[in-house]
Amino acid sequence: MWQAKIVVTYKAGILNPEAKIIQQALGNLGYQKIAQLETGRYIQIQYDNDLDRSQVETLTRELGDKILSNPVIQKYDFELVEVQP
Amino acid sequence: MKFGVVVFPGSNCDHDTYYVIKKVLGAEVFYVWHKETSLRIFDVLILPGGFSYGDYLRAGAVARFSPVMNEVVAFARNGGPVLGICNGFQILLESGLLPGALIPNAGMRFLCCSVHLKVGTTDSVFTRTYQTGQVLRMPIAHYAGNYYADDDTLKRLQDEDRIAFQYCDVEGEVSDKGNPNGSKLNIAGIFNEYRNVLGLMPHPERASESILSSADGLQIFKSLLEKN
Repeated sequence: MWQAKIVVTYKAGILNPEAKIIQQALGNLGYQKIAQLETGRYIQIQYDNDLDRSQVETLTRELGDKILSNPVIQKYDFELVEVQP
Repeated sequence: MKFGVVVFPGSNCDHDTYYVIKKVLGAEVFYVWHKETSLRIFDVLILPGGFSYGDYLRAGAVARFSPVMNEVVAFARNGGPVLGICNGFQILLESGLLPGALIPNAGMRFLCCSVHLKVGTTDSVFTRTYQTGQVLRMPIAHYAGNYYADDDTLKRLQDEDRIAFQYCDVEGEVSDKGNPNGSKLNIAGIFNEYRNVLGLMPHPERASESILSSADGLQIFKSLLEKN
């Protein structure tokens, strides 16, 4: 059965204060070599057994576009992995 | 005139809104459960503040798929006035009835305080009893109230006179100082292109009686009662 690992992040140019503050805090701790830091949301979906890879890919894109991300401010990436039921 | 106040699981300003319309305004008002699919009897619909579905995923993202929302969208497309307050504004943006999005406040803190607002335009059924440039005081209470839209959308909102309210200082100056949450152009509320949908982050229902420190919000509800 297929599993989708989806990561939703803000688009470039959208203020992400959380990422900024984490980066600052790491800098204060002495980690000065961090050029960029992003935060996002991880969503994992396990699909029913009867869906093949291409159906799962189409469905994941539909969910990503329709509800899991807001395309005005966010983008998403995903990978599909086959797991044992 | 019949007002409908939509109740989602997690709405918490529905009672305040209902109270203001019934007791302060003296108009007819009904709660509308989010599973309702017939809204024909209503003249005005209000999406109240709160934390619908716990704000999970994104504020308003889940409520936007409630059964009632298809009807709210149809009602708005037919020209019916729809007012979204705070979480209601977030739901209107997620549903595409208004452009842009609300992201977490620039300071990463939940803000609960009084703010000053400048009336951007009186050209709407919601703002017609105000004066353009009038300075109002209303409370805000939100974590994700930082209005974002791309530059083209912002320009369109300006060109089409669709900015209903902007955060300002006590003098009415629209500046960074008066901007509590980092919103682009200090935007606190906007209209759709037909001016029958208004979304705003401040709470007019909590500023509708002077004994509760401000009655500046009541005029939004009063404006809706006025005959064209």
